[in-house]
Amino acid sequence: MVRYLIACGRVLSSLRLTVVLLGLGMVLIFFGTLDQVHLGIHAAQAKYFRSLFVLWQPAGIGWSIPIFPGGYLIGTLLFLNLVAAHGTRFKPTPKKIGIFTIHAGVVVLLLGELLTGLFAKESMMRMDIGTAQNYSEAPRETELAIIDTSSKDDDLVVAIPESLLAHANVIQHPALPFMLKIVKFMANTALAMRSQVPNAPPSLATTGIGTNVVATEIPRTVKQDERDLTTVFVQINTVEGPLGTWLVSNALGMPQSFSYDGHNYELRMRQKRYYKPFTIKLLDFRHDIYPGTDIPKNFSSRIRLIDSRQKEDRNVLIYMNSPLRYSGYTFYQAGFDNNDKTSILQVVKNPTFILPYIACGLVGAGLLTQFSMHLVGFLRRRRP
Amino acid sequence: MKLLKKLTPWLVATFCLYFVIAFIFEGELKPGYALREFGRFPVLLNGRIKPLDTVARTSLLILCGKQSLRLDDGKSLSAIEWLTELMTRPELADDRKVFKITNPDTLGALGLQGEENKNYSFSQLVPRAQDIERQAELASNVEDQLRTPFQRDVVKLYERATLYFRLKNSLEVADTDDFQAEVQAYAKTVSLGLPLVKRARNSESAEPGSDATQRFSFLAQSAYFFPIPPAGPNGKPEQWKKIGDSLLTATKEIGIPTPALAYAAIATGYRKGDAAAFNSAVDEYRGWLQEHLGKIARTARLEAFFNSFAPFYKSMTLYVLVFILACGSWLVWPTTLGRYAFYLLIFSFAIHTVGLLFRIYLEGRPPVTNLYSSAVFIGWGAVLLGILLERFYDNGIGSATASILGFLTLLIAHHLSLDGDTMEMMRAVLDTNGWLATHVVCITLGYASTYLAGFLALIYIIRSVFTSSLDNETATSLSRMVYGIVCFATLFSFVGTILGGIWADQSWGRFWGWDPKENGALLIVLWNAIILHARWGGLVRQRGLMAMAVFGNIVTSWSWFGVNMLGIGLHSYGFMDKAFPWLIAFMMSQVVMMALVALPLKKPLPVK
Repeated sequence: MVRYLIACGRVLSSLRLTVVLLGLGMVLIFFGTLDQVHLGIHAAQAKYFRSLFVLWQPAGIGWSIPIFPGGYLIGTLLFLNLVAAHGTRFKPTPKKIGIFTIHAGVVVLLLGELLTGLFAKESMMRMDIGTAQNYSEAPRETELAIIDTSSKDDDLVVAIPESLLAHANVIQHPALPFMLKIVKFMANTALAMRSQVPNAPPSLATTGIGTNVVATEIPRTVKQDERDLTTVFVQINTVEGPLGTWLVSNALGMPQSFSYDGHNYELRMRQKRYYKPFTIKLLDFRHDIYPGTDIPKNFSSRIRLIDSRQKEDRNVLIYMNSPLRYSGYTFYQAGFDNNDKTSILQVVKNPTFILPYIACGLVGAGLLTQFSMHLVGFLRRRRP
Repeated sequence: MKLLKKLTPWLVATFCLYFVIAFIFEGELKPGYALREFGRFPVLLNGRIKPLDTVARTSLLILCGKQSLRLDDGKSLSAIEWLTELMTRPELADDRKVFKITNPDTLGALGLQGEENKNYSFSQLVPRAQDIERQAELASNVEDQLRTPFQRDVVKLYERATLYFRLKNSLEVADTDDFQAEVQAYAKTVSLGLPLVKRARNSESAEPGSDATQRFSFLAQSAYFFPIPPAGPNGKPEQWKKIGDSLLTATKEIGIPTPALAYAAIATGYRKGDAAAFNSAVDEYRGWLQEHLGKIARTARLEAFFNSFAPFYKSMTLYVLVFILACGSWLVWPTTLGRYAFYLLIFSFAIHTVGLLFRIYLEGRPPVTNLYSSAVFIGWGAVLLGILLERFYDNGIGSATASILGFLTLLIAHHLSLDGDTMEMMRAVLDTNGWLATHVVCITLGYASTYLAGFLALIYIIRSVFTSSLDNETATSLSRMVYGIVCFATLFSFVGTILGGIWADQSWGRFWGWDPKENGALLIVLWNAIILHARWGGLVRQRGLMAMAVFGNIVTSWSWFGVNMLGIGLHSYGFMDKAFPWLIAFMMSQVVMMALVALPLKKPLPVK
C-alpha cells in the first residue's frame, strides 16, 4: 500500500505529468476555440473550460459520455502536480528562486480563474439619458415577476428565477395569496400573432394576450448580441379555483394584470435583476467618431452616483478603458443603443479580480529572474 | 579570384547604398509638372491627416493591388500622376486599366473576358454598372461571414467602383471644363454678400441646366477626402472641409478660403495642360501651407518622403541578399561571406528600424496597431534577436534565420497592405497607447521569438538531413540557441498574455473570456512551457527539441492568423480568403519538416 502511494506520488510530482497535462490543455483550448463557432462563447466556456469533463451526447441516447478532461480537471491536476513537485523534487536553493516565483504566480492564476468562474457575476445596466436605476440585469437569465401594485407608495415584487421555473411544477410563496402552476416553460421562443400562423395548435393560455399569440420553442441563442426570449405558461390557482392561464414572456413589452382579493397584480417576464444599495443616474452619453468617418473614437457615460448609506452623491465619467469601481462592483462602458440615447454599462462583481494582477507580477518577476540568471551564466561562459 | 574576394565588400556596399538612396535623385514624375510637390499637400481622410501621395497610393492599392500603374506600352504611371489625371482629366483616366478583377465568377457574371492580365478600365465597367449594383445589393443582404467568395468579391468590386467615382469627383465635378473660372465667378457673388439662393442665380459660368451651388453640393457629397484645412495651426481635424462645403459656406466677410482657390487653379492648370499655371498654383499653396499649417504640413511632407523611401520594401530585398550570402558562407569562404552577411544584415535592419520609427512618429502610436504593423514588428524583433545570436555564435546561422524571417514577415506585411491605408485610426477600446505599448508589443515579441526558434530548428533539420554541413559543434550551438530563444519566447508571450488579461479586465470587466485570440496566445505560452519542461525532464533531446520548436511555428501561425479566420470573437479582423490556403500550406510544410527529424542524418554526428 505504502509502495503504491509512493509510486502515485512519484507520478503526481513528475515532469512527464506536467508535459502531458499542458498538452491536454492545449488540445482542450484548441477544440474549445473551434467549437465557439457553433456553440457561442458562453456555451463553449461551460462545456470545455468550466467543467470537469467534456461531455458528448450521442444522438438518441438520454445520457452523456465524458470524452475529454475539462478545464477544471486539468487545472486541478496541474495544481496538484505543481504542489507535489515542490513538495518532493524541489530543493529550495537561491538558484531556484525564479522558478518558485513563476510557479507561485501560476498557482495564483489558476486559483483566480477558478474563483472567478465560481463567484464572479456579470450583469448589465441599460439606461436612457435622464433616467435613474438601482438594479442591473442579467443578460442571459430571466425571472417571472409578480408585482402587487395595490399600495400607493410601494410595489411588492415576488420574482421567481428561471432556474426554478424550468423545474418546479407548483410554486408557493408566503407573500402571495395564490399558487402558481407552471404549465409550460420554454427557454427561448419565437412569438407570432395567431392570425399569421393559420394551422397553429390551440393556445395553452386561457386569458390575457397569450390567447392571440403562438409561441414556438427554438434552441437557445449562441450569439453574443442576442438574448433568449423566454416564455412561460403560468396558471394562477386560488383557494376558490384557477383564475386562468397566462402566457408571459420577456418578448412582450406590456405587463399583464389581474385582480384577486382586492389586490391588483402585474405579471411580467423580465431579465433577472440584481438590486444595488445605491442609484445610478445617466446624465449624458457620448459617442465620438473620427472626423469624416464612422470609426468610433470613444464612448462615454456621465453618471451621477447616489448612495444614501455612504452619503455619496457625485458625478463620474465612465469611458473606454476607464471603469467606475464602487462598493465591490465595477461599471464598464459596454455599449449603446437607441440612436445614442441609451447607454449600456456592464456591471461586474468579482471579489477576486485582484488575483491576476498579483499573478502577473509574480510570473513576470520570476521569468525575468530565471532567464536573466541563464543569460548571465551563458555570457560568463562565453567570455571568461 | 582573390581580386573578386577583395572587391566583393565594396561592390556590395556601393550597390546597397545606391539601392537605398537612389530615389532621392529621381526627377519629376511628369516632365515639367511639380507633381511631387502636389503629392505632399495634406488632406484629411478616414480621420487622419495624410499627404495626397498616400491617398493616391492606397487608392491604387485597393483598386489594382499596386502602388503604380503599368501601362500597355511598358511604361509606368506613378500613383499621384494617376490620381491627378483622374481628378482633372477623367476622360483619359477612365480608359486606364485600374480595376483588377480575378474572380472567375465575377468575370462571368459581368460578361467580362479577354483581358490577359485581368485588368479592366472604368469605361469597360460603366455598361455593366447595373449588374454590379444588383449583384452587390443581393450579396449585401447576406451576413458578412456567410457570403460566398463571389459575393464578397462583387461587394468589393462595387466598393472599389464607388471609391473610383468619389475620387473622380473630389477636386471638381468630373468633366468641369474650367473650374477656376467657375469658382472665380462664384467668388464675385460671394463678395457681393448675396445669400446662397441668389448666388446660384448669379453664377455666370455654371453649366447649362444646373447652377453652381447645386454642383458644389454634389461635390460636397461625393468627394472622397477633405482637402481644405482650417486656417491656423491650431485647427482641429473635424474642421477640415471638402471643397464643395468650403465654397457653399463662404461668406462676404471671410471670402473663399485660399486653399479652395488654390485647388481650383491647380485642377484647371492640369486639365488645360498648362504646366506653368499648375506649378505656380502648387508653389503658391505650398507657401500658404508653410505659413498657416506649420507642423501638419511638415508631417505630411515627411509621410510623402516615407512613401517614396519605401524602407520596408528595400529592407525586404536586402534580406534576400543576406540570406544568400549567409547560406553561401556554409559552402565557401565562411569567414568572409559570413562577415559580409552580418554587416549587410545590420544595414538592412537599420533601414527596417528607420521605417518603423517613421511609422511610430507619423502615427504617434507604439509600433503595433494592426495586423499589418504586427507583421512588420514581428520581423523586426526576430531580426534583432537573430543579430544578437550571430554576434555570440558567429556561424552564419543567426544571419540566415534573421534574414529569412525578416523577408517573410515583410512579404506578409506587403500583402496585408493591399487593403488600403496601414495607418488607420484606432477604434475606441484600442485607443490607449499604454496597453498598445506593453501588451501588444510583448505578444508580438513572443510571436517573433517563437518563430525565430522554429526557423533555427528548420535550419538544423535541413542542414542535418540534406547536407553534411552540420558538425557536432554547430549542432550543439543550434540547440543552445533554440533553447535560449524559447526561454525568451516564454517570457514575452506569458507576460504579454497576462497583460492582455489585465487590459480585458480594465475595459470589458473580466480577466479571461476564452476569446479565440486570447486562447491563441495561451496556446503559445503552453507550447513554450511544454518545450521547456520536456527538455528539463529529459523527455526530449536535441532532435526532439528541434521538432518541438518547429511545431511552435504552427502554433504561432494559428494564433496570429488562424483564429482571425474563424470570424468570431472580439479580436476578429474579418476573413482573409486569400491567406487561408497559404496558412494551410505553411502548416503542412512544418509537419513535413517535423517528420524529417526522424530520418537518418546525412553524416551521423559523433556521439558525445
